[in-house]
Amino acid sequence: MAPAIQLRRVTKRFLTPKGGVYTAIRDLSLQVAPGEFCALVGPTGSGKSTTLALISGLEPPSEGEVEVFGKPVTGVGHNIGYVFQADAVFPWKSVLDNVAAGPRYRGASKREARERAQDWISRVGLAGFEDRYPHQLSGGMRKRVALAQTLINSPEVLLMDEPFSALDVQTRTLMENELLQLWAASSASVVFVTHDLEEAIALADRVYVLTAGPATVKGNYVVDLPRPRNVAEIRFQPRFDEIYQEIWSDLRDEVLVSYERQKRIGAA
Amino acid sequence: MSVRSASALPEAAAAPERAGGRRALAARRRRLMVNGLRLLVLVVWIGSWELTTRIGLVDKFFFGMPSGIVQRLWTWITEGTALGPLWEQVLVTMEETVLGFLVGSVLGIILGIALGRNRLLADVLSPYIKAANSIPRVVLGALFAISLGLDLKSKVATASILVFFVVFFNAFQGVREVDRNLVANARILGADGRRLTTEVIIPSALSWIAASLHISFGLALVGAVVGELFGATEGVGELIYNAKNNFDANGVFAGMALLAVVALVAESLITALESRLIKWRPNPVTDVAI
Repeated sequence: MAPAIQLRRVTKRFLTPKGGVYTAIRDLSLQVAPGEFCALVGPTGSGKSTTLALISGLEPPSEGEVEVFGKPVTGVGHNIGYVFQADAVFPWKSVLDNVAAGPRYRGASKREARERAQDWISRVGLAGFEDRYPHQLSGGMRKRVALAQTLINSPEVLLMDEPFSALDVQTRTLMENELLQLWAASSASVVFVTHDLEEAIALADRVYVLTAGPATVKGNYVVDLPRPRNVAEIRFQPRFDEIYQEIWSDLRDEVLVSYERQKRIGAA
Repeated sequence: MSVRSASALPEAAAAPERAGGRRALAARRRRLMVNGLRLLVLVVWIGSWELTTRIGLVDKFFFGMPSGIVQRLWTWITEGTALGPLWEQVLVTMEETVLGFLVGSVLGIILGIALGRNRLLADVLSPYIKAANSIPRVVLGALFAISLGLDLKSKVATASILVFFVVFFNAFQGVREVDRNLVANARILGADGRRLTTEVIIPSALSWIAASLHISFGLALVGAVVGELFGATEGVGELIYNAKNNFDANGVFAGMALLAVVALVAESLITALESRLIKWRPNPVTDVAI
């Protein structure tokens, strides 16, 4: 069976406003099996978000191949879901219409879209908030809207860009558990970008460590912790610590490289 | 809750209630004071104007006098103006203003969004638009009076050209400032180009456009009145123009007062429209506090 996501020796360069060339990703190869939950960790500015943009089709690669279910990516695919780091729910739409947006754009009737949205709103625990506008919700509730808005399209590939980084610790653990439950009920392959190694291990089947930018894969680790998991408790298992130590020794070097580089830029 | 606690725990409940009552009282007192002072400013201003013109310190021939202005308005209301009944003049000016406002803002919104969405078109047209924006467009009223005649059309044209540029630049900027995350999100969710425009670009540009509508209604009124000054047979601007020709300062001031009333009424209508258009916004502009 073809892997759900395959990146082969992918390079992505951007033009900087001053006319220079910035290489975000160099020679990056990775693959995600169907139904696999995969986490990307790396120091800040290591091209993690760019990797997601390439898989989603929002950006084309400069070199190399990006394939989703064996087909090369050309433009935004219909089977992709993407939860952004920043708030990306539509501020002028109510919760109901935000969640119903996907089905509406994909040709469902208004009534059908709203019925399905209603169902997803209850699934993410927002029943009763259908008529609210995003600015009337807390950060955690807005993330739930974003999750429902994405999952209602039943994506086969779910991309998440540090979705919970802006939340407080308690809300975050809660959301992580809910994400695992929702994912278990689907068959989606997930690429979850984070800079938090604990979060990566708690959630994922496999963790990719990226190097300080330009990003390439430093190593990949299988997380053989049993499922279903409780994110709040899994951190106390001895096996969690072992995996953490193993990955951290790799990640630490990259974090130091990135830190030194930032210090140098700051000093210059 | 306050009822229950008031009967069960009279001592404990009374204290915060008293504090709340004191605060409400203080707020009411402050409001009274502000309104009183406002009235005082008006009385001093009008009173000193009336007084200085009455005793001859200021020439009432050039500066008019409040009682004369009120008298002029009263004659206009009861006996009509030289151009016909007063309400007809106000109605004509309103019609020109509203039509100019509608034509100018619709064209401004459509072209602003079109140019905001189309990079090539924007690059090609931008020097011409900048040039057109830099000339004092009010003088076009003279041109319109020649080419379109002395009736409604020339005033609507003058008003709409003033409105157009303000709304156009705001719509254009609004489209350019759209949050890229929202666009990316809509594309991922399955929006095509048309949906992207109607569902993301326009709603997000709307708060920019709505802000410009406030200013541009005032400009539409300016355009209509200036158009009338350049040549007309009726309207408040023509009333002012006639008064000027008769060296009637009171008439000029009376016309200005009429225009102020029209502008204030329109302003409140626009504010109501704005809060309807962007009811999702956290802090809709309900009152301009200065």
